[in-house]
Amino acid sequence: MEKDMVYVIPCSGIGKASASVGREAAYTVVEDERPGVSDTLCLSLLTLGDEEAQDKVRRHRVITIDGCARDCAKKNVEAAGGTPGSSHRVHDYLKKHKDLKPEGVLDIGEGGRRLAHLIAEDVSSEIDDMVKGR
Amino acid sequence: MKKVGVISCSGESEPEGTIARNAVRLVMEKYRPGATVSLCLPLYLAGDEGERDFARRFPVIAVDGCGKACAKWATEKYSGKVQDCVDIGELLKEWGVSERLSRSHPGRLENEVTERVAREIIKKMDEITG
Repeated sequence: MEKDMVYVIPCSGIGKASASVGREAAYTVVEDERPGVSDTLCLSLLTLGDEEAQDKVRRHRVITIDGCARDCAKKNVEAAGGTPGSSHRVHDYLKKHKDLKPEGVLDIGEGGRRLAHLIAEDVSSEIDDMVKGR
Repeated sequence: MKKVGVISCSGESEPEGTIARNAVRLVMEKYRPGATVSLCLPLYLAGDEGERDFARRFPVIAVDGCGKACAKWATEKYSGKVQDCVDIGELLKEWGVSERLSRSHPGRLENEVTERVAREIIKKMDEITG
């Protein structure tokens, strides 16, 4: 398992604001919080069996973020031969932070952005542990 | 009312993917509410027979961010033939949009392109529904 890069893979949910929160969290991590040691990829490429995408999730650490209980990101990574080192559900964070309800799919609003930031903090911390090999 | 399925690529790693998802949501919320049904693309694999039946129940327009055409191919692999396709990469070339776009922080240009893509989807929906 290569420890130099961690793939943060959100679900592709289009029907629920929680999926948009998951993507916002993933982008916050890979672009702002942990650039260089983390990246993301298109989940649908895994669904289709793209070899390059499959190779990435098999050789590198993966963290998934799902917007609903269908767990598409987690299940598709597993189906592609990867094993997520950690999996998050936006709804678990919402249960703990009921005041941070996202507004909509296109614009998650201030509450949604704060919720995404909380998820991003946890994912960033996990990446630090993974990169250090702990 | 005849419903049309519109499937967006997931495209998390590319700006065109964000444009695809947002354009589909615009169609669902603003332009053709009630006439548009959608599905999260990876549900074809993670979901059950209900999801895989999608293209047999609705005429489907695939909206893809790049030439890999994940939305079209996943629909045809797991569900059924698509009725029509939108290739955002090709549209951007046609429209002369060569600036670097953001996948995470859509600004004025990204929002303009998203609106134009939404209108392309509507055109195709109207052709299907007559």
